[in-house]
Amino acid sequence: MTATRPTLHENPWYTHTVRITDLIDETEGVATYHLKFTDGDAATAYEFIPGQFNMLYLPGVGESAISMSGDPARKNGWIHTVRVAGNVTKTLARLRRGDTLGLRGPFGTGWPVADLVGTDVVIVAGGLGMAPLRPLVYHLMNHREQFGKIWLILGARTSDGLLYPCEYSAWQKRDLEVILTVDRATADWNGHVGVVTQLIDRLQLPRPEQTQMVTCGPEVMMKYAAMSGHRLGIDAGRIWVSMERNMQCAAGLCGHCQLGPEFICKDGPVIRYDRIRPYLFVEQL
Amino acid sequence: METPISPLFIPKPHLQLLLDELRRRKYSVVGPTIDQDAIVYGDIHSVEQLPQGWTDEQAPGHYRLKRREDESWFGYVVGPHSWKKYLFPPKTTLLSAEKTESGWQFIPRSADTTKFALLGVRACELAAMRIQDQVFLDGPYQDPLYRERREQLFIIAVNCTQAASTCFCTSMKTGPRCEKGFDLALTEIDSGFLCEVGSERGREVLDAFISSARRASEGSSNDANSTNENVTSLPILDATPEQLRSAETARQQAVDQITKHMETSDLPGLLLSNLDHPRWKEVGERCLSCTNCTMVCPTCFCSSVTEVRDLNMDRVERERTWDSCFNPDFSYLGGSLVRNDTASRYRQWLTHKLDSWHAQFGTSGCVGCGRCITWCPVGIDITEEVAAIREGTLP
Repeated sequence: MTATRPTLHENPWYTHTVRITDLIDETEGVATYHLKFTDGDAATAYEFIPGQFNMLYLPGVGESAISMSGDPARKNGWIHTVRVAGNVTKTLARLRRGDTLGLRGPFGTGWPVADLVGTDVVIVAGGLGMAPLRPLVYHLMNHREQFGKIWLILGARTSDGLLYPCEYSAWQKRDLEVILTVDRATADWNGHVGVVTQLIDRLQLPRPEQTQMVTCGPEVMMKYAAMSGHRLGIDAGRIWVSMERNMQCAAGLCGHCQLGPEFICKDGPVIRYDRIRPYLFVEQL
Repeated sequence: METPISPLFIPKPHLQLLLDELRRRKYSVVGPTIDQDAIVYGDIHSVEQLPQGWTDEQAPGHYRLKRREDESWFGYVVGPHSWKKYLFPPKTTLLSAEKTESGWQFIPRSADTTKFALLGVRACELAAMRIQDQVFLDGPYQDPLYRERREQLFIIAVNCTQAASTCFCTSMKTGPRCEKGFDLALTEIDSGFLCEVGSERGREVLDAFISSARRASEGSSNDANSTNENVTSLPILDATPEQLRSAETARQQAVDQITKHMETSDLPGLLLSNLDHPRWKEVGERCLSCTNCTMVCPTCFCSSVTEVRDLNMDRVERERTWDSCFNPDFSYLGGSLVRNDTASRYRQWLTHKLDSWHAQFGTSGCVGCGRCITWCPVGIDITEEVAAIREGTLP
């Protein structure tokens, strides 16, 4: 990186060109993109905290806030898992290896990796909510000895929606208990059927007061996950959620993403549950 | 020459020389002028463009220009414009994208070199600028255009000598006296202005202005044909005790005329703890969701970015425009609108402005200028809405 480039602090709008170096179809309408800067990249170019996001820019269409889904330790490109939802992601889905787009970031808060050290961790993911949690899983695996017991409860509508299935066995081997569930069983499925909260309720936490919960998925899922966690003895100050709102600037300057006093873009997306709870289920807030 | 600490007296016609001095220093001078039956802020080359002899009559949903009985140049309160349009322009290009053979290239906006000198900034507007400084400069990310323009800004404040029925700066502790945040501050009295210095930059301009006034004065006395004779033959001196008293009386008049009040002792807290108050629905039925309050508010800072494309899609500009939490699309998320009715949008605006702003920026987002009251087409009064929510709150 050359010295003349402004920092994100000086100019959060500064947009870099990235090229798609790899493209992996995950599930129906979901793909993972590997992106690299075209103008050279220093060792620090791809640093981020698990849970942070980049703004991906398709000129003429617009920007979309997409969390990183790769391993923060690898630092050899940006990895984003994206579901086709609006115009930006629809256009992105039409791009191929070698195509370019814009990127600025990383923005937002990450999962509280330092706070998790020494504690047991319950990870609750719903559908694409696994994507922002995967960097955290990698971090926990990379530093496995620093953490106590780890559970990953992952739910999806059907088994097709369970992201990154090839990796579960590697995570299991590193003593991370992967618990899967689907809303609707298809012929190939012989695991749990039902919502993630039923599985949280069944957890036997050896030391709930030293257990933390991190969750990402639909808001209603996170709400019930937090309530279940609370029943097990994980209080709201040890529960972390990743929020989604309309983001345009990603820097707390445009006002769109506010929820109560929080700018989801810069005070979030990862927010401690006790901070956001009063505002989370007020209608039309 | 050394500028004295005590206020100077500037004879009225000399203000033109001050404008000339600023223009010599490459400032674009902007100030109050009359357009579309209102006092708005625009380019000022001559003191003749100031609203001399005019005042504004304001009430909820009401604004009219009226002739004054005197020829005051700053004998009005505040109009529909605020200075934010210069620091945070209603429309600006953030960057451009260009398609090249090797893919998209992104060209950052080039640095802005516009130097604005603002003439006629009120105390509430100085407070509004401090609030926008916190939004655009003091957080983890800065707005580069705001920073560039703010750094170069020259501010000539003018103390209010009257208040409108919609003013409540005394409640918000932002005025009416200009205390800080200006380069020069004027108080208008009959024959001229008392001038205080608020910064080194202000002192430098004032010194240069005094020298040029002196030169002009000598020139005019040597040259009987000088067209500037009446402008420059008066000296600039320390204000006399009598002039100081007149200025004090004039400023006190503004304080005395303020009748509107907003209780702030339970803000922040009151609104965020009353998110289901029935008043929101009630005000939602009156509010037209027209966005006027957010457009005239000197602190509202919401914006949106749109893509402006060439027909052949080889060049795209990212254009930022002012937006408003009263626009339904503002809360668009994943195919639907979070704030789908007017009541929820009004609640967002008011709770943000008066309550969550404290958590975000350590200050209220309201300066008590009263613009949102005056320019609301149905006359919704922010102070009455807060009082109504307080009244219906169980202790």
